[in-house]
Amino acid sequence: MQERVDIQAKKSGVNAIGLTKSDYRGSPSTLCQGCGHNSIASQIIAACYELDIHPEEIVKFSGIGCSSKSTTYFLNRSFGFNGLHGRMPSLATGALFADYTLKGIGVSGDGDTASIGMGQFKHILRRNMKLVYIVENNGVYGLTKGQFSATADQGLELKSHGVNPYMPVDIAWEALVGHATFVARSFAGDPKQVKELIKAALSHNGVAVLDIISPCVTFNNVDHATQSYAWGKDHEAALHELSFVPRAEEILIEYDEEEAKEVQLHDGSTILLRKLGRDYDPTDRQAAIRVLEEANSCQCLITGLIYIDTDQPSMVDIYNLTDKPLNRLTERELRPPRGTLEELNHLF
Amino acid sequence: MLTKFQEQNLTGEKKRIVNDFSLTIATVNGSGSQTSNATILRSIFKMGIPVSGKNILPSNIQGLPTWYTIRVNKEGFVARQEEADILIEMNPATFADDLAKLKSGGVFFYADHIRQPIERDDIFVYPMPVREIVRQVDVPTYLRDYIANMVYVGIVASILGIELDKIHQSLEFHFKGKAKAIAINDEVVKRAAEWAKENLVKQDPFYLEPIDVTKGWILTDGNTAAALGAIYGGVQFVSWYPITPATSLAENLQTYLPKLRKDPDTGKNTFAVVQAEDELSAIGMAIGAGWGGLRAMTSTSGPGLSLMTEYIGLAYYAEVPVVVWDVQRVGPSTGLPTRTAQGDLTFVAFMSHGDIENIILLPGNINECFEFAWQAFDIAEQIQTPVIILSDMDFGMNQWMGKPFEYPNSPMQRGKVLWEEDLEKLDGKWARYLDVDGDGIPYRTVIGNRHPRAAYYTRGTGHDEYAGYSEEPQNWHDLLNRLKKKFEVAKKLLPKPIIETMDSSAIGIISFGSTEPAVQETRQILAKEGLHSDFMRIRAYPFIGVEREFIQNHPINYVVEMNRDGQLHQLLRMEYPELAGKIRSFAYTDGLPLTARQLVDFIHQNEEQ
Ligand SMILES: Cc1ncc(C[n+]2csc(CCOP(=O)(O)OP(=O)(O)O)c2C)c(N)n1
Ligand code: SF4
Ligand SMILES: [Mg+2]
Repeated sequence: MQERVDIQAKKSGVNAIGLTKSDYRGSPSTLCQGCGHNSIASQIIAACYELDIHPEEIVKFSGIGCSSKSTTYFLNRSFGFNGLHGRMPSLATGALFADYTLKGIGVSGDGDTASIGMGQFKHILRRNMKLVYIVENNGVYGLTKGQFSATADQGLELKSHGVNPYMPVDIAWEALVGHATFVARSFAGDPKQVKELIKAALSHNGVAVLDIISPCVTFNNVDHATQSYAWGKDHEAALHELSFVPRAEEILIEYDEEEAKEVQLHDGSTILLRKLGRDYDPTDRQAAIRVLEEANSCQCLITGLIYIDTDQPSMVDIYNLTDKPLNRLTERELRPPRGTLEELNHLF
Repeated sequence: MLTKFQEQNLTGEKKRIVNDFSLTIATVNGSGSQTSNATILRSIFKMGIPVSGKNILPSNIQGLPTWYTIRVNKEGFVARQEEADILIEMNPATFADDLAKLKSGGVFFYADHIRQPIERDDIFVYPMPVREIVRQVDVPTYLRDYIANMVYVGIVASILGIELDKIHQSLEFHFKGKAKAIAINDEVVKRAAEWAKENLVKQDPFYLEPIDVTKGWILTDGNTAAALGAIYGGVQFVSWYPITPATSLAENLQTYLPKLRKDPDTGKNTFAVVQAEDELSAIGMAIGAGWGGLRAMTSTSGPGLSLMTEYIGLAYYAEVPVVVWDVQRVGPSTGLPTRTAQGDLTFVAFMSHGDIENIILLPGNINECFEFAWQAFDIAEQIQTPVIILSDMDFGMNQWMGKPFEYPNSPMQRGKVLWEEDLEKLDGKWARYLDVDGDGIPYRTVIGNRHPRAAYYTRGTGHDEYAGYSEEPQNWHDLLNRLKKKFEVAKKLLPKPIIETMDSSAIGIISFGSTEPAVQETRQILAKEGLHSDFMRIRAYPFIGVEREFIQNHPINYVVEMNRDGQLHQLLRMEYPELAGKIRSFAYTDGLPLTARQLVDFIHQNEEQ
């Protein structure tokens, strides 16, 4: 019954924990009008609001770039750290050891992740640190005014930089071969899917990579570029329709068992994937590899939850840490008693 | 067969040199000689005699020559000496060269399967039938080479007078009580000692006799001391990337943390140690953790520190506490990774771009490695800034005597951190970068604080006192000045220089870090000649002001350090330009620890002028 009341409340602008959407607001954006990054920020706000997460339970991290600036534009009531170019993952890893009851959202760009930050990106994957890792992928360096990034299409021609001669890095592919336990791709022009994926990612106990094509309207909006709005709209093929079902609301959602694949997340919530013609199972690694390879050859933007593995422990799980967050421990717990040092002294 | 020299010595008046010599052991890297060398060292130490033990290692895992030097000195002067009195030669590759360099009147022990000419007649020679003795012991073949090194332990013990029960105790230490390993090694040592007793005649003048100078003291290396100090300082998060000579610092943390820092009720860890993918990441993690309210540290050496500079600069501006150990080594990239130096001082002082200054702690012995390791957290958290501790390879990987480690004498100082209840009392009114107390140090909150006003946004870009983004020129200007102000408080927290005086001293000597033993020996040598000196050992940077008086009090102050350009000298001249005429640089570096002779020669030359 409680759930019904909450849904009522939501309609009146207050979520189940009594917060309005403006409690999740950030500072006004200074990004360009129409920048894909802005719409992703809005969906982060919507996802957290709808999931009834206290903003104090989220910590924001970013590297450097227009994309990385955007952590200022949502969740003002959450702590945030705008770190160094390409080095958001290490910052987030260290910080989240301080209090593992929190959820981390890391925002990065394609330059930030696929060039300078490739090393840290790959290593946070293999550690399975619990972090929603959003790459706002526009194929260019926005903040430094339009150079090619490593995800730019081969042959792409931009006004001031000529033709890109190199092969692109595929972030979802890198995530998958790097053993990410959650790999999704979406398109900033598809806010509903972005939001549902963010919700699912927030409930995942491990690293959740969201490669979100996020057009740069200023420097990379040529219609044939993979990271443009026009191309994205024309070529998007969703793997499935997706809805995220928080644990508390389970009973209210109706779905057709025949049609849907349900993936249970570690906190008890579920993701429902409605098949779109094809029989896609995101827990099947082989299938995920196939689908990315297909997307590559058919030149289409395949979106949705590409891969998920809910069985792997997260990095913090492995460390057997105290129940009380590390950053709340006091001297009594942190300084070994005097006698232990005397024993050690005898040893040497 | 006796040489002419030996015959003369045997017949002539015998002089005895007791508890005063340098002994070098020449072996092949990776042959397992470390345990044997450490056993000799610890056994002598356990006889109450002051010692130090230093590796002269190649950067190699197996196969290249390596030397281990033990200085024994009853008065406690244990700096390195250039020449050995006693040489134990186990390496055919260096046999001829080592032999040629041995001091006249020195002692030469050698493995007798090395068949090379010994054409010197001014030394004492003892052959050691290493292989024969090993063959008598029942050990698996694969262990034979390893155990062979224990033969020289036994023979040298017998000739010099190391007590066998002390060797047994040392083996217990090294093999951490593993009975089988101890028994095998014990047996080799005993057989070798018996063989020596039956077959060798003591000819040389060197003797070890038990005294009680080192009673109650400890013997360990600086990296172990640093790791333990950090643990008693409550370290919660360690991220690191392997690099000689810093590696064993982190590895010691990995060894001791699980023993000392599990919650007694639940068995859960109150710490985390992460081996990062590189130093870019190691420092990022440590700064993330420091920002999150953990006592966080990393340890590295020059190359790694170079990679860390950008993040350390951000931490300075974003006001994040973090502790960084730099165990200094020689040169760029690979440089000479297994050699020591003090070449990072000016680099660290100004590390990272833009206006910056860094707090540096400069331990001068293993006790300070321990002490500064815990104090560094107090300083970093109180000032909200990175603290870098400069150790070096000599401290990090060599064996030093010290007093027992002292339990921290003050409670942990966590600095200005506001939690939920604090914010409630303040009605939520606080600002991250507001200088409320007038000391330049603002209040901070950390993640997990559930108060709705707790959060703030951390950035390297311009920000106002409320942590809001700002490009206002005045805000940037004010920020820089406030950061400067914090360092005035820092100076009150930093360890003061140690000053030691003599009556009517004519000169001052200033140094830092691992050069102290060479300096102290120098002072004694000079004092015997009638030249008295005062000594100031700098223990932190920025300087705190008291240095001025010391420099002023002497017509000339020698600034002693192991680098090329005289970096401490440079910093002192910058800080006290009016005193530049009173300080003279003695900067010398070749990768090996400083010796008293090097310094004495320099001061002699200068005093003659
Ligand atoms: C170490 C370092 N090198 C270079 C830069 C300059 N820089 C700032 S943003 C950026 C590229 C950002 O591209 P991306 O991550 O794709 O973000 P976008 O602006 O496209 O969202 C670069 C190279 C920097 N800040 N730091
Ligand atoms: S330059 Fe491009 S990426 Fe940057 S804000 Fe503008 S549209 Fe967005
Ligand atoms: Mg980009």
